[in-house]
Amino acid sequence: MIRVENLVKNYGDVKAVRGIDFEVNDGEILGFLGENGAGKSTTLKIITSFLSPTSGNVYVNDLNIQDHSLEIRKQIGYLPELNPLYMDMRVFDLLEFSARVRNIEGKAFKQSMARVIEQCGLNGVVHKRVSDLSKGYKQRLGIATAIIHDPKILILDEPVTGLDPNQIVEIRELIKSLGQEKMVIISSHILHEIEATVDRIIIIHAGEIVANGTSEELMSGFHGKTQLTLEVKNASSDSIQKLADTFPEIILTKMEPVNGNHLVMMEYDKNSDPRESIFNFATDKGWILLEMSLQKAQLEDIFRKLTIDGGADA
Amino acid sequence: MRNISAIYFKELKSFFNSPMAYIFLVIFSLINGYFFTQTFFLINQSDLRSLFNIIPLVFLFFIPAVTMGLIAWEKNSGTIEIMATLPVKDSEFVLGKYFSGLTLILVGIGFTLVHFITLASVGTNIDYGAVLCGYFGIMLLGAFYSSIGLFASSVTENQVVAFIIAISVVIVFYLLDKILIFTPAALTGILQYISVEYHLSNISRGVVDSRNIIYFLSMIWMFLSLTIRVVEIRKWR
Repeated sequence: MIRVENLVKNYGDVKAVRGIDFEVNDGEILGFLGENGAGKSTTLKIITSFLSPTSGNVYVNDLNIQDHSLEIRKQIGYLPELNPLYMDMRVFDLLEFSARVRNIEGKAFKQSMARVIEQCGLNGVVHKRVSDLSKGYKQRLGIATAIIHDPKILILDEPVTGLDPNQIVEIRELIKSLGQEKMVIISSHILHEIEATVDRIIIIHAGEIVANGTSEELMSGFHGKTQLTLEVKNASSDSIQKLADTFPEIILTKMEPVNGNHLVMMEYDKNSDPRESIFNFATDKGWILLEMSLQKAQLEDIFRKLTIDGGADA
Repeated sequence: MRNISAIYFKELKSFFNSPMAYIFLVIFSLINGYFFTQTFFLINQSDLRSLFNIIPLVFLFFIPAVTMGLIAWEKNSGTIEIMATLPVKDSEFVLGKYFSGLTLILVGIGFTLVHFITLASVGTNIDYGAVLCGYFGIMLLGAFYSSIGLFASSVTENQVVAFIIAISVVIVFYLLDKILIFTPAALTGILQYISVEYHLSNISRGVVDSRNIIYFLSMIWMFLSLTIRVVEIRKWR
């Protein structure tokens, strides 16, 4: 278990992290979300002992990072942001170094090498130079070096940033399979990249936590509007205006003629659902409904709202 | 110890996987060979002294070049973050780096043995003791300059800056002995003791005094400790 207590980190005058608290339980996959510069990487760097906190503390399985940095580092596998690798080494040599430096020798060494090469799909590239690998393979190699000692805790800082859609899916699958037996913390600034992978999401903004919960919990606490788009034939602007007057929960946001039809956009509170009324109204008036599509509040909207408004009304 | 050797071998592999080590060894050997043979046939003496005189000068440039990237490049490429989050102490990291740089320099010195072999096969009356002391001296010198170079590499993430810092510091130690006539008499003794030439010339002459060895070892220790401190500071910036 990781427990972060009132963590503060200042870079000179810049307050990167302003007193955050959270816990991550064993076996959980946590998504750590925020814009660039929100303090995600700084927090992860403190947990992994790369940086020291200005104040506050982090406990990993009840060991604190100030006094037990070495023991904690043994338990963690870490993929830093931008995946820095030793480009002039060969894949095998890099994996070998990662194993040696973690005291993996003899039979265990062979097993670990075989396991990570298999798990991360590095079979065809073991003897290539790291600099010759594609970005997707570099990412897999980065993850392979992070899991060579089969750590209980895996911390991945923006593991899918910059990959193409196919590579994102591959890495996501890999993370998901690793997450079955490990605690995983993944950071990202793009929500939908990790939404499908994680059990719980923490959104951080300007060094503070603005949301913490499962995606359902975040959605239910969000006072957003639902948007509805209609395309109707045989309707006049006046009659469409009348629709909005008849049902006060509907707010018309846009109405414009398209190819002799009308495109109407409206929004209403997410707890009401006037679609049936709208349909009945349309048939009464003799409109032909060509399209009725619903845009539910997405997690993405919540993220945007929280990180732009600072979470004032969430 | 195991961590030091893991880092040491990783560094050596990096040296020899890139053109770096080969360029260093070839040019180092060419320069030494040129200056050695230039006088070798001239005065009809079987003497390695010209070699031992030129090597400290060549070291001024070559050792900073070898060591400049050792830590600066890790910082520049971000791999320091991998290194620092491994269960490796900062001192192990620094020592692994140091020994790898030193090894490359010792290999370079090893290549000059070819001149010694030439000498031994064609020359007569060779003073093996002097040769041995000469080699001992330049090995200590290489170890000292490497510690300065590693320190310079730790204070910046720019290799060129590291190179310039290293050369500047090395030159101060190298020239100190030559500017003593300009210094106040009261300081001369201290400055002379600090200068590297004073201790090196003693050893090269065949006088292996513990004072000279202690000078080199304590200087190396000082620069390595400074390097470790600088690496630790990273966490607190």
